[in-house]
Amino acid sequence: MSTPYAKLPLWADYGLIPLINLTVAFLVAGFVVMLVGESPIEAVQLMLKGAFGSGRGIGYTLYYATNFIFTGLAVAVAFHGGLFNIGGEGQASIAGVGVAIVCLTFDSILPWWLTFPLAIAAAAIFGAAWVLIPAWLQAYRGSHIVITTIMFNFIAASLMVYLMVYVFKPDGQQVPESRQFLEGANIPSLEPLLGMLGITARRTPLNITFILALVAAFGVWLLIWRTKLGYEIRTMGLSAKAALYAGIGEKRTIIVTLLISAALAGMMSLNPIMGAQDRIQLNFAGGAGFVGIAVALMGRSHPAGIIFAAILFGMLYQGGAEIAFEMPNITREMIVVIMGLVIFFAGALENMFRPFVQTIFASIRPRSVGLDPKPAGEA
Amino acid sequence: MFDVLISLLDSTVRLSVALLLACLAGLYSERSGVFDIGLEGKMLAGAFAAASAAAVTGSAWVGVAAAIFAAVFFALVHGFASITNRGNQIVSGVAINFIVAGATVLLGQAWFKEGGRTPQLTGNARFDAITLPFADAVRGVPVIGPIYAELISGHSILVYIAFAMVPLTWWILFRTRFGLRLRAVGENPAAVDTAGISVTWLRYRAVICCGILTGLAGAYLSLAQSPGFVKDMTAGRGFVALAALIFAKWKPVPAMFACLLFGFLDAFAIRFQGYSFPLIGQVPTQLMQALPYILTVILLAGFIGKAIPPKAGGVAYVKER
Repeated sequence: MSTPYAKLPLWADYGLIPLINLTVAFLVAGFVVMLVGESPIEAVQLMLKGAFGSGRGIGYTLYYATNFIFTGLAVAVAFHGGLFNIGGEGQASIAGVGVAIVCLTFDSILPWWLTFPLAIAAAAIFGAAWVLIPAWLQAYRGSHIVITTIMFNFIAASLMVYLMVYVFKPDGQQVPESRQFLEGANIPSLEPLLGMLGITARRTPLNITFILALVAAFGVWLLIWRTKLGYEIRTMGLSAKAALYAGIGEKRTIIVTLLISAALAGMMSLNPIMGAQDRIQLNFAGGAGFVGIAVALMGRSHPAGIIFAAILFGMLYQGGAEIAFEMPNITREMIVVIMGLVIFFAGALENMFRPFVQTIFASIRPRSVGLDPKPAGEA
Repeated sequence: MFDVLISLLDSTVRLSVALLLACLAGLYSERSGVFDIGLEGKMLAGAFAAASAAAVTGSAWVGVAAAIFAAVFFALVHGFASITNRGNQIVSGVAINFIVAGATVLLGQAWFKEGGRTPQLTGNARFDAITLPFADAVRGVPVIGPIYAELISGHSILVYIAFAMVPLTWWILFRTRFGLRLRAVGENPAAVDTAGISVTWLRYRAVICCGILTGLAGAYLSLAQSPGFVKDMTAGRGFVALAALIFAKWKPVPAMFACLLFGFLDAFAIRFQGYSFPLIGQVPTQLMQALPYILTVILLAGFIGKAIPPKAGGVAYVKER
């Protein structure tokens, strides 16, 4: 289906319009802050101070951003194939089970640099496995991936409660979580690296998974724009009929795209489980799977945009805690509202301001929107 | 044994009401071609608005009005994004779920300072059980007596409204001109447009119906089922309702049975928590909780008949370009 809107210059398409959408989302968020009787400007100052004001704040911001890079990439890969993987939360949860199994088995035998690759593989495989049935149903039975992945999120949530209570919880312990991992599952912190950059950050959970996230982002860029499979994914996303005509196997591409997407979502689990808590806890994913939707929409499904958006949301998470601490009328749920507003304005209403922007472009520089008016007198 | 069955069915009815109202809400919206992932959010908005308004005014009916107002507002937001702006309907629904999940706690904390809860509702601010005529008189009659006195009588007014909505929805959808057009616009909007009927206005009316019913569902949760609003009190019911809608193949009467089935699973899980059955032993509660979703996936796989959604569902109508 061709887009019902005329073309804009690239920089307007990828820069100006997202910027307008985001500005509106944050203006509405500011209005909500005013509604509960606090000052939005003060809130922004507090947030920036909380997120970047100290080495510890920066560490936490980047720690949260690590989660969101993975889940954002997961949603983005599926978006490129015209699929909406809303099940990142469930896939990450189940992937955590794989990570925990590897860590609990090898943490007393192997050093961390052998446990970590095994855990990465387990995260990717367990995450991908959780999307296998929805992917198969989408490809072969034509059921909608959105509905099935939502159902699988709930099934995963129930399964996680069961596993935590009956499998991972050691006897004689009340809290539904596994035992603490030993030395062999402790991955290095990035505190020395931050220290080299002149940032003293003590007791932050930032760890080498952040580097892995950046590598994954580069990998996704390679995959989508530099490989045959990426070309097939994008073709399918733009026009399933054209893909079929070009001889691209639709069923295979759907399944492979979703497996990659879920594997990326699954790798998110490495960060909290191995990097921060050194054990598997209930709800360790903490909604990161859903933040990924906002991050992917905001980053326009491009890895560079996703890293930027993930850091912004990391800032909201870390700075939001600061606001909730300082302003009695604002709770941590403010982040959820902002996330919703970003999804709404950058996703659902992405084309609202487009006709307006087009009118302006057409009147200033007709050529930039494909119009070619004849100079007066020639007609 | 009979007593256990009656009390089990009684809690089945109580637990299915919110599902049923949300499911019928989704029915109007999706039959008109507007997918709605945001049932959960609208229901939550309704529950919060109902409890807040009832807490302040002390009247349950003012609460219901506020619930409908809030849910219709978000239904119109969804309509604005997906009908007027031709945005992605799923993204819009997801966004509404998040906005409401956050905003209810935020506003609740700012207004009532009870950690996102609303104050406990009592007296006229709640819907109490209605005892139907002769309920006490026939209680002693075997079989029929308990069924009438326990199962049919003794619910709040919203329960009766919810079940009355089933035949009403059927009549509206299949016996009125509006219903015919609503179904047509979900299958082939171009044909409706050719007949000179506004696709946009028809779809807006469908999402308004959806808003009214999700508002009622929310009001039931915070005014009848629980005495007030607590954070995230819909607890995924909007998605179970969506599952029920698929299970019912987008038809009103099967929707009622699907909601009763899912309500029964819920009631069963609560009643027999930790109970050891002969032959199979103890069934984990988590399995019972996951069962509605598992059943829906099996249905979607095409093993229990095929669920075919409205043909134009999820697609914005472009009149001309």
